[in-house]
Amino acid sequence: MSLLAAVGRAVLALLAAIGRTALFGIETVSHLFRPPWYPREFGHALLQIGYFSLPVVGLTTIFTGGALALQIYAGGARFSAEAVVPQIVAIGMVRELGPVLVGLMIAARVTSSIAAEIATMKVTEQIDALVTLSTHPMKYLTLPRVLAATLVMPLLVAVGDVIGIFGGYVVGVNRLGFNASTYLRNTIDFLEPLDIVSSMTKGAVFGFLAALMGCYYGMQSARGAQGVGSATKTAVVAASVLILAANFILTELFFAA
Amino acid sequence: MIELRDVHKAFGPKEVLRGIDLSIGKGRSMVIIGGSGTGKSVCLKCVLGLIEPDRGIITVDGQDVTRLRQGSSERDAFLARFGMLFQGGALFDSLPVWQNVAFRLLRGSLKRPWTEAREIAIEKLRRVGLSPDVADLYPAELSGGMQKRVSLARAIAAEPEIIFFDEPTTGLDPIMSGVINDLIREIVVEMGATAMTITHDMTSVRAIADEVAMLHRGKIRWTGPVTEMDASGDPYLTQFITGSPNGPIETLR
Repeated sequence: MSLLAAVGRAVLALLAAIGRTALFGIETVSHLFRPPWYPREFGHALLQIGYFSLPVVGLTTIFTGGALALQIYAGGARFSAEAVVPQIVAIGMVRELGPVLVGLMIAARVTSSIAAEIATMKVTEQIDALVTLSTHPMKYLTLPRVLAATLVMPLLVAVGDVIGIFGGYVVGVNRLGFNASTYLRNTIDFLEPLDIVSSMTKGAVFGFLAALMGCYYGMQSARGAQGVGSATKTAVVAASVLILAANFILTELFFAA
Repeated sequence: MIELRDVHKAFGPKEVLRGIDLSIGKGRSMVIIGGSGTGKSVCLKCVLGLIEPDRGIITVDGQDVTRLRQGSSERDAFLARFGMLFQGGALFDSLPVWQNVAFRLLRGSLKRPWTEAREIAIEKLRRVGLSPDVADLYPAELSGGMQKRVSLARAIAAEPEIIFFDEPTTGLDPIMSGVINDLIREIVVEMGATAMTITHDMTSVRAIADEVAMLHRGKIRWTGPVTEMDASGDPYLTQFITGSPNGPIETLR
């Protein structure tokens, strides 16, 4: 009976957490339509989330694209299908690996940074100071970050897709002996507009979730260094899990037969 | 005039405020004293709406502040009348000193042009004894005393009618504490502002206060003019003033 009660409490706590997060997300979006807005904060967030994430996105996707080419070549060799490397690298990167890897990298880099920054602001009374200075913390801290991540993530995913395909191309041409122009032509011919649209959509959704989790757990932080650490850890875990879950749902929506 | 009537606040089972009744006249400087954890900061945050009281009425010039909705224009207008010096300074790490001081002047209803806001910030920094070179530094580059001064400059930048000081001298050496106390007194008198200060520091009380209220176990134990504090005859207040471990206030050893 006590085990059942413990499971029940855990389920109720999970549902309450989902409800609170959803309300936080709805409130964030509602501020998009109500002034004042803070364009300077938005510009700063664009730079931090977008521009400064480019190196990690590039490094992650180029190695993944290269490894993917090697794996597909080795796997394809088992049934004489080595020639499909360009097509499968392209579809794998654009539909799945590009958005998911960039999403997870953003969760690691941006969610953690947002959660730690906002949690520190909370424990040092900077959030209270914002309120006393007639500035709504959701408008000043949350909306610019969430909006910037939602808008910039599709671009980061596009860059990641291209670099990942380039990684596959480099390995395919230099290591596996593919003809350069044939590799490129097969890649371009095989991709469909829906592949690109799904990639960009996933990017926007993942960006929204990553920034929202950072802001939510930062705002919920308990006092002290342990509170900041715990908020950061929980934000990254929640963002990563939500990104993977959202990826499954979006894949189902876009590509289910 | 700020009035608190029968204000209660509990956090879970812990009752912090158990029916606060307090009045602060316009242009007066009220200092609230009391031991740690007696609810001084909670009381102050209730007036600002940072914490919602469980029951009771808080009015500022007759306006019930507990009914102001967060984010509403009425609440923004209400908060525009306040300046607040936080215990730890609460300066924004990501902004240089002058943008911290001019924060309210760079956005919202009090927005001024960039250069004018900077000039005002530098003038306020001068007012608290800091040179203009400090303006472009970041808060992390300043000492504790300088951070308090910057925070004080931010509190007075928009020339508020009411200023709250939360433990303004905590963590400062006696000389710097004296400097901050003198600045607070000068500024409050010069601006004609209503001031509400929380402190444990009896030197600050004597330097800043027109009136004193002692908070004990969530209630106002004694209130009156600072000149009558020493002869109050209240054993709780006397023990607090003298810092004696012996008396009705329980101490843990």
